[in-house]
Amino acid sequence: MTTNDRRAFRPDPRLSAALLLAKGVARGIQVAGRGGGTSAPGMVADRVDVGLLTKLTDRLAHGVVTVAGTNGKTTTSRMIADLLEAGGMKPVHNRSGSNLVRGVISAFASQARLNGDPGGDAGVIEADEAALPELLERVSPRALLLNNLFRDQLDRYGELDTIARKWRPAIERLGPETTIVVNADDPTLAALTTGVAARVVRFGFNEERHRLESLSHASDAAACRVCGADLAWHALYVSHLGDWYCPSCDNRRPDLDAIGLDIQLNGVESLDMTVRDTIRDTDGDHAIHVGVPGVYNAYNVLAAVAVGRVMDVPMPTIIASMAAFRSAFGRIERVTYRDRTLTLALVKNPVGFNEVLRMLTVATGGLEVPTLIAINDLHADGRDVSWLWDVDFELLADGDGKLATTGIRGADMANRLKYAGVAEDRLTPLPEEFESSLDAFVEQISAGGSGYILPTYTAMLRIRKILADRGAVESFWKQ
Amino acid sequence: MTQPSKPCDLKIAWLYGARMNIYGDRGNIIALTQRARWRGIDPEVVEIGIGEPIPDDVDIFFFGGGQDQEQIAVSRDLVGPKGKAINRAVDNGAAMLSICGGYQLLGHEYRPYGAEPLPGIGLFDVTSEAGSERFIGNVLVESNEWGSLVGFENHSGLTWLGSAATPMGKVTIGRGNNGKDGTEGVRFRNAIGCYLHGALLPKNPKLADWLIEAGARRRHGTDAALDALSDTTEQIAHRSAIRRAKQMR
Repeated sequence: MTTNDRRAFRPDPRLSAALLLAKGVARGIQVAGRGGGTSAPGMVADRVDVGLLTKLTDRLAHGVVTVAGTNGKTTTSRMIADLLEAGGMKPVHNRSGSNLVRGVISAFASQARLNGDPGGDAGVIEADEAALPELLERVSPRALLLNNLFRDQLDRYGELDTIARKWRPAIERLGPETTIVVNADDPTLAALTTGVAARVVRFGFNEERHRLESLSHASDAAACRVCGADLAWHALYVSHLGDWYCPSCDNRRPDLDAIGLDIQLNGVESLDMTVRDTIRDTDGDHAIHVGVPGVYNAYNVLAAVAVGRVMDVPMPTIIASMAAFRSAFGRIERVTYRDRTLTLALVKNPVGFNEVLRMLTVATGGLEVPTLIAINDLHADGRDVSWLWDVDFELLADGDGKLATTGIRGADMANRLKYAGVAEDRLTPLPEEFESSLDAFVEQISAGGSGYILPTYTAMLRIRKILADRGAVESFWKQ
Repeated sequence: MTQPSKPCDLKIAWLYGARMNIYGDRGNIIALTQRARWRGIDPEVVEIGIGEPIPDDVDIFFFGGGQDQEQIAVSRDLVGPKGKAINRAVDNGAAMLSICGGYQLLGHEYRPYGAEPLPGIGLFDVTSEAGSERFIGNVLVESNEWGSLVGFENHSGLTWLGSAATPMGKVTIGRGNNGKDGTEGVRFRNAIGCYLHGALLPKNPKLADWLIEAGARRRHGTDAALDALSDTTEQIAHRSAIRRAKQMR
């Protein structure tokens, strides 16, 4: 099947009209010089043809991968899009991370042609937790990745149970033409995918070195979904993810089809791991190197590899694609500014923040590098900063690295660090405005040295722009 | 937890800490213990889970919010001897901070939609019910005893004060107990119930110290004033949160 063959698509005047309008609106926003207008084209297109997304994705010969989970969606969808491309497919992807229903429609409309050609032969849809049920109604994926469910922005999403309850009927409606690729180390997700009609491929870790001693305060999902008793873990890797079991009934982590092991962390730069894969007949251990750091990214890598196998991409192609992968915008990146190397790592919820802190302190046992924490409380950050009290900042009490705070809620952050036991002479509360704070922070770093910047989402956008405007140079990850 | 051989200066009981720990409410435990330690007081925190009894010598209780499922299990565990022990401790001067779900379960009952009411322990003369709107946002409360209190609310439950109940304060920004009568929280003896997350105590240190003082009085029987602490960081956080609440109103 060739997607470039225009005759393959039956003319659909309504679809074409919707696409024309979406493209017009997108162009208008662009001409007006307004950024961030990612949902408007989808909104108007949806009014004209509510079937737009279904029709476009039906025309993708290799089907669609839908990616859901609290953390790592953007990174993992990019890994998947890259490996599909390496496997000879042409993916259509909401790459900008605009992951609500209208944002997905906008992205797919912008890549389609007016005659209804979707502009590729495979789809990758990054789905917001709240939008997943509706997206599954519109698009029945060939592979659905359920990566993790963590506590996140309770003012927006509600509690974990609420999300799981909303997902359940949508997941139960999927048939055997869909393969759910699920992180079985997450007890909630394992329960959601037990006894469903879809095919299920389960992944998880059997890792010796990178284990947590106990459940963190940020963890939910501690109760057995069968009998209600508190779960226990043979091994715990990230938040509540691990080799879990119920001490009072026979509920336990299901058997795995893809296993991550021998994880080796190379600072804030990269990781190596082994993937043991039994998804296709080519069983065996495969060494993978990826330019993303931290145990949490090892889960993203394993998830992407498992999806790649489900999509029939050969293992050597997956390995090569992973080795060439570069981190998604702002998730973690490194820039050179005023002769200092700054590593930016996005923080957006307790589990993600804990994992970033773990990454920064794992080698030295404490924090040794000057660090700026930038906390905003705009809608995209979560308006409630209570979550800062679920993060284990106590990890930072050890070490000599200076800590500075900024952002709309920088004062809350400074207070959190004080209560975490960070000595006052290490603590510098800086003004809310990033323009002046950035420079004051950089002054604390010796010339030629390095520093970490940990911003929430809107703080990341703003800081990135300031750095770019001031001519900071992005340095590429070493392969 | 400290060694049993060494008697502690202040015993803090965290009710159902493993299940009722949503919205960063453990920040209140951190504030109580740190502010005690900074004064040379050695606090002990005991987590009381389902099926575990309440020790006789608790000085301060903390009871946070939880997910709906957890709240049902907790309600079941509270009725009976455990609820009586909490009532008795508060009658004898123990301090209590309860928030959201914890607050609701310390009232007479919580009435969900189309389900059996969850019985509370009647420490506070309040009754709560499920509402149709979710109150989400910054909250500013004016109180007589602790001045202005700032936090963040996120609840759909509505709480109504009975005739014997005294509110914690008047809500000037946000919705408070029920969005109607302008009250927020409740106070009975040294016990407080409210909807304020944030976390509440770290940026309202006056309230934190009031609880520690009450706890210390219960433990030692004397009315010794606490040493003053340098609260610059806390005051900046307090004022900046109030400014933000006013901006976002």
